[in-house]
Amino acid sequence: MNKIFPEKAALAADMKNNPLLRAELRKQKIGASIRYVILVFFGLVMLYPLFWMFSAAFKPNHEIFSSLSLWPKEFSFDGFINGWKTGTEYTFGRFFINTLYYVVPKVILTVISSVIVAYGFARFEIPFKKFWFVTLVATILLPTSVLLIPQYLMFREMGMLDSYLPLYLPMAFATQGFFVFMLIQFLRGLPTDMEEAAQIDGCNSYQLLWYIVVPMLKPAIISVALFQFMWSVNDFLGPLIYISSVEKYPIALALKLSIDVTEGTQWNEILAMASIAIVPSIVVFLIAQNYFVEGISSGGVKG
Amino acid sequence: MSKVVFENLTKVYSNGFKAVHGINLEIQDGEFLVVIGPSGCAKSTTLRMLAGLESITGGSISIGGKVVNGLPPKDRGIAMVFQNYALYPHMSVRENLGFGLKLAKVSKADIEKQVNEAAELLELTDLLDRLPRQLSGGQAQRVAVGRAIVKRPQVFLFDEPLSNLDAKLRASMRVRISDLHKTLKKTNRSATSVYVTHDQTEAMTMGDRICVMKDGHIMQVDTPANLYKYPTNLFVAGFIGAPEMNMIETRLDRAGEGKCHLALASQILALPDEKLQKVLVNFTENVVFGIRPEFIKLADETSPQDEIITGTIVRMENMGAEFYVHFTVEGRELCTRVPSDVVEAKLQDAIGKEQTFHFEMSNAHIFDKETERNISL
Repeated sequence: MNKIFPEKAALAADMKNNPLLRAELRKQKIGASIRYVILVFFGLVMLYPLFWMFSAAFKPNHEIFSSLSLWPKEFSFDGFINGWKTGTEYTFGRFFINTLYYVVPKVILTVISSVIVAYGFARFEIPFKKFWFVTLVATILLPTSVLLIPQYLMFREMGMLDSYLPLYLPMAFATQGFFVFMLIQFLRGLPTDMEEAAQIDGCNSYQLLWYIVVPMLKPAIISVALFQFMWSVNDFLGPLIYISSVEKYPIALALKLSIDVTEGTQWNEILAMASIAIVPSIVVFLIAQNYFVEGISSGGVKG
Repeated sequence: MSKVVFENLTKVYSNGFKAVHGINLEIQDGEFLVVIGPSGCAKSTTLRMLAGLESITGGSISIGGKVVNGLPPKDRGIAMVFQNYALYPHMSVRENLGFGLKLAKVSKADIEKQVNEAAELLELTDLLDRLPRQLSGGQAQRVAVGRAIVKRPQVFLFDEPLSNLDAKLRASMRVRISDLHKTLKKTNRSATSVYVTHDQTEAMTMGDRICVMKDGHIMQVDTPANLYKYPTNLFVAGFIGAPEMNMIETRLDRAGEGKCHLALASQILALPDEKLQKVLVNFTENVVFGIRPEFIKLADETSPQDEIITGTIVRMENMGAEFYVHFTVEGRELCTRVPSDVVEAKLQDAIGKEQTFHFEMSNAHIFDKETERNISL
């Protein structure tokens, strides 16, 4: 018996006595099977490169390009063992920690600054608000590469090259318009009653933000943190420009490093480390996925 | 003392729309005042101005003798109950109730005590550890009321608090809020309340006085009974009462010897003396004649001749204990309430047939068509 959908169970009982209903159900079943076969096929096509990466990490180097098969003929952990050692004096763990050194502050600063700015846009009357909002949206459309050279020059003058500061300091000023925009849309969809009630209860603007708005914004905040985390871990260009000493390299640069330093590239090591490198993103995503879906789907439409 | 006074209160929005047109109103200490009016009459805006959620363009508001124009909501000594309950979704009922006290830095023991007291008063004790989403509409609204009580405000503000509840729950919450007001008053706690609604029943049953608003103006402020019996203008007469007062545009004719009569199409109704004296003071020809359905009866041999009108019954609505009988007098439709037993005895198969009606003219109203004022009071 179907406990979750009792009406389905009742329908099944009906089915036994009714040939027309039975034929209808068979038609639906066939339709569903066809749909799922197509979906599974395209899903596999899209995921194949990822599976290939994982499986290739367990293959010896000479086998990688000789077969399309996902199952290694010779199963070996050499890729992981040698990859972890890297060709430098540091292990891959060092690069992992380096990555966290700038990703964590980046995520925290992004969340704090974006929430404050979005709160201001969504809830306060400020002079020329429309103009500022359009400016904000315009920054989303601006290609990042346009800013590279002026920003590099600026941070050089400030003496911050070869440190993680240029990677996360700008985030303290809500420079990622997309996140601010996303939070504004989410906030606009939230009723203001609660905030008014809190005002009457005695909250000032900051208490209102902390006690009422932030808890209600939680799904959107988690989405912002998640996006920022994944994008930052994957960021290659930023560290490439600002980080010059190998001891400070994050994962993205370290992977590239192993291609450079060895004469014959050890692809199994690179793929093994690449597989490890995406683990944090996957774990973080799995932990936060419920909130994440709520955050991106209810932005702007929640009433 | 927590008397509320509006003096010349005005609200103009930034787009130039004038929502509130200089209203004056005194709400006595401990009074339960209901503000009623159609949508868009600025009743909620007025309440929000009193709460401090909306700025004031002109005039002043004082609470307990202190002008509060520029004060933030938290310093006005008010508590508000919202239509959508506005409970904090991430806090338990207990935290919702105690949040205001926590912000006011009241000690934990005192918060606990006051929260428990309010919970007991509203039968919320079993719900204290639930989250708002685990409450039914009625429970949520009780928590919202509890949150207001815990604060021990000078003035309670209610913004259509029952309109999200179903009819049955609404009736019981109505009684509950009225009782609560009485309890607070008895225990010498400040209980001045301003209650905004668009529901007549709520207004008539709960209010010590009712303030009827229209388009940002106050039309009349009086006790429910007076508002019903003596509406000072056409709007109040039409707005209060269900079914609505019958209103017919007509002519008031001087009939010599200081007499007057009303022409209802080709039929004539005489004004009784006490009405006549008042009408003559502000005499005008073009008037609106108003009479509530219960003051039109089926005519019998005792009915005075000059208060009888013949009409044709067009429709009868069965309300259970009584019928709303609609009839036309030469094209103008009127309504009367007839007890069911009378309908059974006298009005079987009466639709489409002629019937004489007795208009109790001592309870009728005459309104100046131009100024819309009641000239028969």
